[in-house]
Amino acid sequence: MATQTSFIGQKNKKDQVYTDPWNMMFEAERTPSFYTGSEVIKEAVRRASCDMMVAYPITPQSEAAALCGELFAEGYIGDYFRGESEFAVMSQCAGAAFGGARVFTTTAGPGTMRAMENFPMWAGARLPIQMIVTCRGINSPLSIQPDTLEISYLMQTGMLVWHAETAQDFYDWILMGYMVSEEPDVHLPLALCCDGFFVTHTKDMVNLTPTEMCLPPYDPYRSPVPCMDMECPPVRMMRDPFVMKSNYISYATHASWQQEVWAAIERSRKHTIRWMNGLIETENTDADVVIVASGTAVSQSREAIAILEDEGVKVGLVKVKTLRPWPGEEIKEATKHAKHIIIPEFNVTGWLAREVSATIPNNERVHAGPHVCGGMTMPPEIIASEIKTVLGMKVPALAGRG
Amino acid sequence: MSKERIKIAEELYDIMPAEYQDLVKRATYGNEQRGWKDIGNAKELIEEHSLCAGCPESMAFRYILASLPNPEDTVMVGSTGCTSLVFPHVAVHNIHSLFGNQNAIASGLKRALSVRFPDRVKDVVVLAGDGATVDIGLDMTLQAWFRQEKFTTICFDNELYANTGGQESGLMQKGFVAKMAPVGKSFEKVRLPEIARESGCHYVVNCTVSKPNLVEKVIKNAVHIAREIGPTYLQMYTPCILEIGKNSMEGLQEMRDSEKPSERFAYKEFVSEPAKELIAELAAKEKERKAEAKRQLASQTVAVG
Repeated sequence: MATQTSFIGQKNKKDQVYTDPWNMMFEAERTPSFYTGSEVIKEAVRRASCDMMVAYPITPQSEAAALCGELFAEGYIGDYFRGESEFAVMSQCAGAAFGGARVFTTTAGPGTMRAMENFPMWAGARLPIQMIVTCRGINSPLSIQPDTLEISYLMQTGMLVWHAETAQDFYDWILMGYMVSEEPDVHLPLALCCDGFFVTHTKDMVNLTPTEMCLPPYDPYRSPVPCMDMECPPVRMMRDPFVMKSNYISYATHASWQQEVWAAIERSRKHTIRWMNGLIETENTDADVVIVASGTAVSQSREAIAILEDEGVKVGLVKVKTLRPWPGEEIKEATKHAKHIIIPEFNVTGWLAREVSATIPNNERVHAGPHVCGGMTMPPEIIASEIKTVLGMKVPALAGRG
Repeated sequence: MSKERIKIAEELYDIMPAEYQDLVKRATYGNEQRGWKDIGNAKELIEEHSLCAGCPESMAFRYILASLPNPEDTVMVGSTGCTSLVFPHVAVHNIHSLFGNQNAIASGLKRALSVRFPDRVKDVVVLAGDGATVDIGLDMTLQAWFRQEKFTTICFDNELYANTGGQESGLMQKGFVAKMAPVGKSFEKVRLPEIARESGCHYVVNCTVSKPNLVEKVIKNAVHIAREIGPTYLQMYTPCILEIGKNSMEGLQEMRDSEKPSERFAYKEFVSEPAKELIAELAAKEKERKAEAKRQLASQTVAVG
């Protein structure tokens, strides 16, 4: 059993120095680099001291998954292979995490849906696996284009769910994600989502931490449940498996374990706030109109806000960074002055608007939209137009809106 | 792990459950000669099971757990079904996650243990029913073999879905009338042992669990070959007496009847060339160990004499 209490200052086999994560993320010098989102994923994983990655091709995450394979070939990841389907891949990730490994994987759209049975199992088994989700359409007819509908399913699994806006978010959050999800009082899987193509396939300037620094390795013996490596005594778990019992104790056990998983999500709050400087970011929330958005809808909203500012309309912004834990109190506070709350989304159902509506008082203020889906882009003009309509201002007819 | 690791602090000894005290005092962890003959003499790695009275699967579990060559460093992977009702009673780390994904779990687990413990032996053994192995999990069963993952897959073949109440499975015999096969199963029993051979398994055995010494032999071979060479597969008939209309005491006879030369569980094995060499090596070592033990005994006798 590992008895070493600290690895800080030691080198790994690639000569990277295990660095205090706080120093690495906030004090070490950053190098601006012009990279695609996929390349940024690779660079974050290079510094994440991952023991295992399992890959499977599906657009738009294939490139990132293949780039991580190069990292394995270079010796930065303990083991790497291509699984046979997303369902199998997520089980392979689970097996590795049960065995005490720090695990990384990526998926998208139909792959997320195919693997879905694994996610509540990951959460219930308290496996701090990190999964990048590069969201894409899950509908038929076949679509490979951006669409965030899959996030709404992930939000019910017991996983931590974060929604990155930019490649910079992605880079920082991959590394911070392990620090949060591996905390003993959290110890849950993380679905780190982004909008496919918009983030993965566009180039952006990203400030990277030094290549020669990496996260300290995962310590599986800080887990709240035993690591399955026969390094600690195997005890009989129970006299009669609960699955066989139809009695109050069985129900209470299952119920309390689910409650514990969701309590662990809540406990991740304090760690997440410390690392990510809050679960939301706000701008001008004293305005009458406030946009609440996540992912690249935030970037489009910033553009819309600039357009409206030119026309003399002041609009505030709430960027939702984490969906689980859900920043309900933060959103309530940030929208308390708003007369109108606009929620633009890259999906047909408007799951973010539903979550916000269920959280805040006087939710007739929530305007769910605009919605684009199936790969459509969201021009800032349609957000501006939605806001003007809400305010009763004259709106020019936009193409495609009749 | 060795027996050292499960020792109880002296101050806490009296408050530990009796079965744990027993496990520390009399279990066979670390004993290289452990085998089915320890059953009844040493603390077994399975407590009382929660299967039906007389279930052959309970015999199979006891023989297998007694025969694992390295239980102190073995992790088992199960799946949903009657086996998942037994694993909570087993004193070896074991994983239940979903139905049918056992070989995917084991692939990740074995690789993680190899990354984390590069200089130590950590065996992984999958044990699942025929529905999990051949129907819902066939993809992952085969793909693990294609990839030459180094663990043993054991299928408890009872030729139906026992735990859900006796539905048709792929390993059921053709013509058998069961739930979901109301006019009899329309296709042949899936020939997984042959498929296993073609898929890259280095050791494949099709047998019943009527003979404990045979179970011990094939388990030891399968685990050693998986550890050193590549995937191994054991398909063992563990009839569901409940669903085929037998009484509690009739399980053993059912297995004996089914292993006759012309029957579907007549002993069959496939051993790859590298696996044959390994078995010969192990046999030679065992012979040497016995000879050495004899020499030592003789010298002790002389000394005493």
